[in-house]
Amino acid sequence: MAEETGLVFHPMDQFIVKPLFGDGPVMWYTPTNATLWMLLAVVCVVALFVLGTRGRAVIPTRLQSVAEVFYGFIYKMVEDVTGHDGVKYFPWIMTLFLFIFFSNMLALIPTAFAPTSHIAVTAVLGFGVFIAVTVIGFVKNGASFLGMFWMKEAPLFLRPIIAVIEVISYFVRPVSHSIRLAGNITAGHAVVKVFAAFAGIALIAPVSILAITAIYALEVLVAVIQAYVFTILTCVYLKDALHPAH
Amino acid sequence: MATETLADGVVQGGAAVGSCLGLDGSAIGMPQLCTDWMPNQIFWLLIALIAIYFFLSRIGLPRIGAVLAERQGTITNDLAAAEEMKLQAVAAERAYVEALERARADANKIAAETRADIQKDLDVALAKADAEISAKTTESEARIAEIRAGAMDAVTQVAKDTAKELVAALGGSPDARAVTAAVSARLKG
Repeated sequence: MAEETGLVFHPMDQFIVKPLFGDGPVMWYTPTNATLWMLLAVVCVVALFVLGTRGRAVIPTRLQSVAEVFYGFIYKMVEDVTGHDGVKYFPWIMTLFLFIFFSNMLALIPTAFAPTSHIAVTAVLGFGVFIAVTVIGFVKNGASFLGMFWMKEAPLFLRPIIAVIEVISYFVRPVSHSIRLAGNITAGHAVVKVFAAFAGIALIAPVSILAITAIYALEVLVAVIQAYVFTILTCVYLKDALHPAH
Repeated sequence: MATETLADGVVQGGAAVGSCLGLDGSAIGMPQLCTDWMPNQIFWLLIALIAIYFFLSRIGLPRIGAVLAERQGTITNDLAAAEEMKLQAVAAERAYVEALERARADANKIAAETRADIQKDLDVALAKADAEISAKTTESEARIAEIRAGAMDAVTQVAKDTAKELVAALGGSPDARAVTAAVSARLKG
């Protein structure tokens, strides 16, 4: 390790994946910091729903009302956006939301690792949704699912052009879906780190710390909003698969 | 020599071996784009998602759903019970009002009957009293007439006697029969 003096900018180092135990290469099965923080998200979900609903009280405790708010919020979203036949996919959408929400939130703990800042993670989520929705679309509607790309309302000569645009936009969905989440989380965490590096200079430190506080508040907002956006877009894509005529 | 030192540094620094880390242990470019780590992340992500899904679908969501359904049921039942109680209260109020009306009607009827009875008794008593009074009046009138007749006789006698005495006192020899006739004629006149 070289001795470093003055300003040290390593804003991206927080995203490095490291083995939890010892050194060595990161194999696919190696427990890493990514593993730790993903499993902590799982633990949070389990804790919220097990401890929260322990009493199964008609008059809820605080933790139970939090769990009920999550349930009601996502359930209503699924029902409102996808219609009544989308409700059977509710556990999957709830899984996505809770995983992203808790990953984002836990990543805001200083020195934490942000799994959702990694394109590998968000791409699995985004393409997973894309593939699932496409499969559901063809299974539910057969070939008429392709009618989604053929606008019957448009003038005949415009329809092929619109179809091409629709197909492109359809295939761009998973890319934007995953990059949106990873980009937002990465950018926020990197900005906090840059401000933190500036705190090394005594003169700038107060401003820097204020800025970190402000960005941190923004990041809390972003963490919630990105989880929400990812979930509601999933619902919208699912609606397209269930009811392709729009 | 320098290369050796840096290679040692990598191992001592605890950084993962790979093409994504610089020799000082910090990231080269974006760690997000490091393909060495992707299988690891994908594997653990799938584990986490499957764990959350099975937990939610088996335990988490059914519990919350049951609690929410129970609450909804309780609220519905309570509302129904409240509605029923309200109906009962309305019925009770109606029964009370009816009872009150009936009682009032009864009271009026009893009062009217009582009044009629009293009136009847009163009429009888009055009729009786009237009869008694008229009987007494008749009797009294007879008595008065008798007394008056008695008084008239006495007056006639007194007048005759007085006339005789006057005639005698004036020095006449009263013819009793003539005096009497004169007095009687005078009294008739």
